Amino acid sequence: MNAPNASGWKPAMGDGSGEAAPTSSGDAALMLEEKLIFELAGCDTTGVDFDEQPGEIDPALGRFARKQRAQLPGLSEPETVRHYTRLSRQNYAIDLGPFPLGSCTMKHNPRLNEKVARMPGFADVHPLQPVDTVRGAFEVMNELAHWLIELTGMHGVAMSPKAGAHGELCGILCIRAALEAQGDAREVILVPESAHGTNPATAAFAGYKVEAIPATKEGRVDLAKLKERLGPDVAGVMITNPNTCGLFERDMKAISDAVHAAGGYVYCDGANFNAIVGKVRPGDLGVDAMHINLHKTFSTPHGGGGPGSGPVVLSEALSPYGPLPFTARMEDGTVHLVEEESLKEFDHAKSFGRMAAFHGQMGMFTRALTYILSHGADGLRQVAEDCVLNANYVLRRLEDTLDAPYGASGPCMHEALFSDDGLAEGFSTLDIAKGLIDEGFHPMTVYFPLVVHGAMLVEPTETESKDGLDRLIESIRHVAQRAKDGDEALHGAPYYAPRRRLDETQAARKPVLAWQGEPGVPRIPTPSEVGDR
Amino acid sequence: MRYLPLTDDNRREMLEAIGAREIDDLFVDVPAEARLKGDIEGLPKQASEMAVEKHMRRLSKKNLAANDAPFFLGAGAYRHHVPASVDHLIQRGEFLTAYTPYQPEIAQGTLQVLFEFQTQVARMFGTDIANASLYDGSTACWEAIVMAGRITRKSRAVLAHGLHPHYVSTAQTMAKFTKDELFSGAPDLDADCDEDAIIAQIDDRTSCVVVQYPDILGRIPDLAKIADAAHDRGALLVAVVTEPVALGLIEAPGALGADIVVGEGQSLGVGLNFGGPYLGLFGCREKFVRQMPGRLCGETVDADGKRGFVLTLSTREQHIRREKATSNICTNSGLCALAFSIHMTLLGGAGLETLARINHSRARLAAQRLGDVKGVRVLNDVYFNEFTIVLPSDAREVVRELAERGVLGGVSLGRLYPDEEALANGLVVAVTETCTPEDIETFATTLSAVLEGEAA
Amino acid sequence: MPRYFTEDHEWIDVDGDVGTVGITDYAQSQLGDITFVELPEKGDTLKKGDAPCVVDSVKAASDVYAPVSGEVVEVNGDLDGEPELVNNDAEGDGWFFKIRLSNADELSGLMDEDKYSSFVDNL
Repeated sequence: MNAPNASGWKPAMGDGSGEAAPTSSGDAALMLEEKLIFELAGCDTTGVDFDEQPGEIDPALGRFARKQRAQLPGLSEPETVRHYTRLSRQNYAIDLGPFPLGSCTMKHNPRLNEKVARMPGFADVHPLQPVDTVRGAFEVMNELAHWLIELTGMHGVAMSPKAGAHGELCGILCIRAALEAQGDAREVILVPESAHGTNPATAAFAGYKVEAIPATKEGRVDLAKLKERLGPDVAGVMITNPNTCGLFERDMKAISDAVHAAGGYVYCDGANFNAIVGKVRPGDLGVDAMHINLHKTFSTPHGGGGPGSGPVVLSEALSPYGPLPFTARMEDGTVHLVEEESLKEFDHAKSFGRMAAFHGQMGMFTRALTYILSHGADGLRQVAEDCVLNANYVLRRLEDTLDAPYGASGPCMHEALFSDDGLAEGFSTLDIAKGLIDEGFHPMTVYFPLVVHGAMLVEPTETESKDGLDRLIESIRHVAQRAKDGDEALHGAPYYAPRRRLDETQAARKPVLAWQGEPGVPRIPTPSEVGDR
Repeated sequence: MRYLPLTDDNRREMLEAIGAREIDDLFVDVPAEARLKGDIEGLPKQASEMAVEKHMRRLSKKNLAANDAPFFLGAGAYRHHVPASVDHLIQRGEFLTAYTPYQPEIAQGTLQVLFEFQTQVARMFGTDIANASLYDGSTACWEAIVMAGRITRKSRAVLAHGLHPHYVSTAQTMAKFTKDELFSGAPDLDADCDEDAIIAQIDDRTSCVVVQYPDILGRIPDLAKIADAAHDRGALLVAVVTEPVALGLIEAPGALGADIVVGEGQSLGVGLNFGGPYLGLFGCREKFVRQMPGRLCGETVDADGKRGFVLTLSTREQHIRREKATSNICTNSGLCALAFSIHMTLLGGAGLETLARINHSRARLAAQRLGDVKGVRVLNDVYFNEFTIVLPSDAREVVRELAERGVLGGVSLGRLYPDEEALANGLVVAVTETCTPEDIETFATTLSAVLEGEAA
Repeated sequence: MPRYFTEDHEWIDVDGDVGTVGITDYAQSQLGDITFVELPEKGDTLKKGDAPCVVDSVKAASDVYAPVSGEVVEVNGDLDGEPELVNNDAEGDGWFFKIRLSNADELSGLMDEDKYSSFVDNL
């Protein structure tokens, strides 16, 4: 043998007795810390090359030219890619595992939708291009509008609202415009106790007084109490169906009939439409307006908090009041854009106006239409069935461990609701949520709806496999048991996340909302720091 | 169905675990008459990726993409080159498929980005602070108006004539319902912004003056002058920036006395997208923070004392304050904010300045060249990358004819102000770094041919 | 100096025709860490039952009601930078505002310390 193992490389396991020492970098293998861009870069570097360096230009800026360059740090491309890639690894995401946030509908985001949205014919067109150069874009809007109308059994749809809450506002403004057109100035909107906070906020923003409708013991709207309250001062009701306790409002048609008989309108919060898509049409239940969160039911990505998109389907009574702009398909099949310029031509003079610049969230329309066509009629029905099946499976597999306040009210729809009843003294829903983080899952929605103490709302969605659900259920059972047993260590969770519990009190008492700079390093003071002009 | 992992065996097994015989047992609460008997009318069955992509591609081909023609549209949406790494990074699943960072321990990536974004926007605008974004510029503008009302406890807003007409109509729609009083009007085809006319509208009931900078015709109003006049009467100045690239070359509105600065962030990172999703930018003085709309990310520490970030001051928001919330807005435009922030990080202050200089220099070239076309008058003396030209005839027609000849030649004022005959001959022309000198030449010669009535 | 309590967990100390108003120690303990207190302005006229203050904790915003009618004569400016005063001393340094009573009869509907404490025990 000639020079055996010349390199000296001899893999060994060690005897396992060593202890981890703190690292000098502060990083720990794949757990990487990342500084702020302001700490990484100066303001004179750039990661973009230009075809030219403009020389001296004869400026036409009047006396408004900047005196000092903005203090914005710049990084080269590799540094930029690394900065954001390192940051991305500190996020949990659907792509990593179940994200069972009740009422948020975190389902898989198909990548075909991303590809389609980026086709130059959709992504690289200007909203004010001559209409003959963007007929395909109007067709997308119109085709999506058509399927939204068909899926909901409604008459018309307003496509421009930019998110769910914006859609709610659109619906309530339609109701208000319709009532005012009838010379009927009603003042009150009724909202169930279990409603999402955006409902009362929206009604108040539109100038209405908000009154709560009580719930029955089984977690549904109390029809008798609602009927008692209806009268000539009630403009309408806002109902979420399926509701935020995860239950279908059985009396929905009776509610609608009663509201209509009293001269009001029915707004349905469509945040939970995913539970019934392809199986039930809200229009058949007497709904007058409903927003559809394209980022929930039709799976446009949540993107860490938006952008959303909230088209509003409208009944025949409310359609004439819908906002500008919208598309209209002519008998010859061409699709037209109806905006200020063509208002009279299309007989839509009752419109309450424009809610935002341009035509709506086109990037979300292409994704949602792709989603609808991919699933088809059978696939969408399967979406509703599988998400309800998954939620009921979670409900029944967990109700022996966690208190399910409406477990006896029948099957749930797309989400299962639990409370903190039965946890050991001093243990709360928050502890369960933080414990689940250590288990490698995103927690469920916590402390909502408000009608249940320490609420935990679990929405698995249809894109979780049974194996994935079983693992999630096992972890919830495990953490819940620790909370019931009073395992003190749970108060310190999470231990394994990029950060431990964060001090939200300090953040709110002394808000630091922008980087203040390193002490001693010069920074351009803000105008308020300099003092008012 | 490729997106649904449950197998039929799974479904049977799970129904059994639940104690249900069939899936419809789980829908018992839906009254039978409300259940759909068959498929949704006309909707085909599920389709393959290939089939759906083909259908969508066919629709996309019916549009003329900006890259396929000399392109000069602006008026609130601008075409800029977006570096390839921006789109790559925002498609990382950890960003794309995350939710609003309500569990901060496992959302530090999104939160740190928002903190950086807020700082970038504040520095760009010259404000103390900025929020984590709103839907778009037009809704941000309305939010600024109502915020000024809360701060001053007054309800009359003066909208300068140069404010984007869609922003004006968005505010008018909302004001109908909130009973705010708005002063507004269309601009004159004049090189002068007429600050005095705006100042004359300010009275003791005025909550704010809203001024677009540069304005819809590309002119640059004297913010400092208006700020002083507003402050003298206890009103706030709201500046609206629809083209943030301009701030690489012109003074930040905050430094000129604006109390609230809002804007459309689409120019950086986001792209045209036929009008949405876009990115509402919102900055203001720190003392107004509790009246500010939208999400805010703040710095704090964790239980081990490490720096970290959380969403904060959320009691302003409607999911908590319900009918007393500061705003109706619930979502921000997170992914667009990320794109903006990445693009801004690639540019840096130096790159932004160079980009702005190229834009301005191309606009200078275009204004000179178009001004040489017979019958065309350039309105502006002062502009950044957008200016208005006055044609001898209705600009709407000219724009259509230009498009037929393969040139996307700006936004006609007739499209924006259909009821204002006096503006009908005006054409707003935006010139960014994507417009080459050859494009400008093509535009000028085609425009000349159209105006001369030459056959295509 | 007599101290009165409301069912909404406000307290009021009355000295002559001026009352000092705050929230009770029980209320602060239920709210958790208080992060901000929105106060009325000096000179505001309040009717009994108005909500001139909002107390923010991290995840909740709660209205504080005027226990009596009158004019606000002073507000506790210390709360501006130091909302934790309410957590540390709700019924002392953490007071909210002083009000000149316009109708002293309204006090008769309020609880004394004993009654309030048994009211809280029964919650």
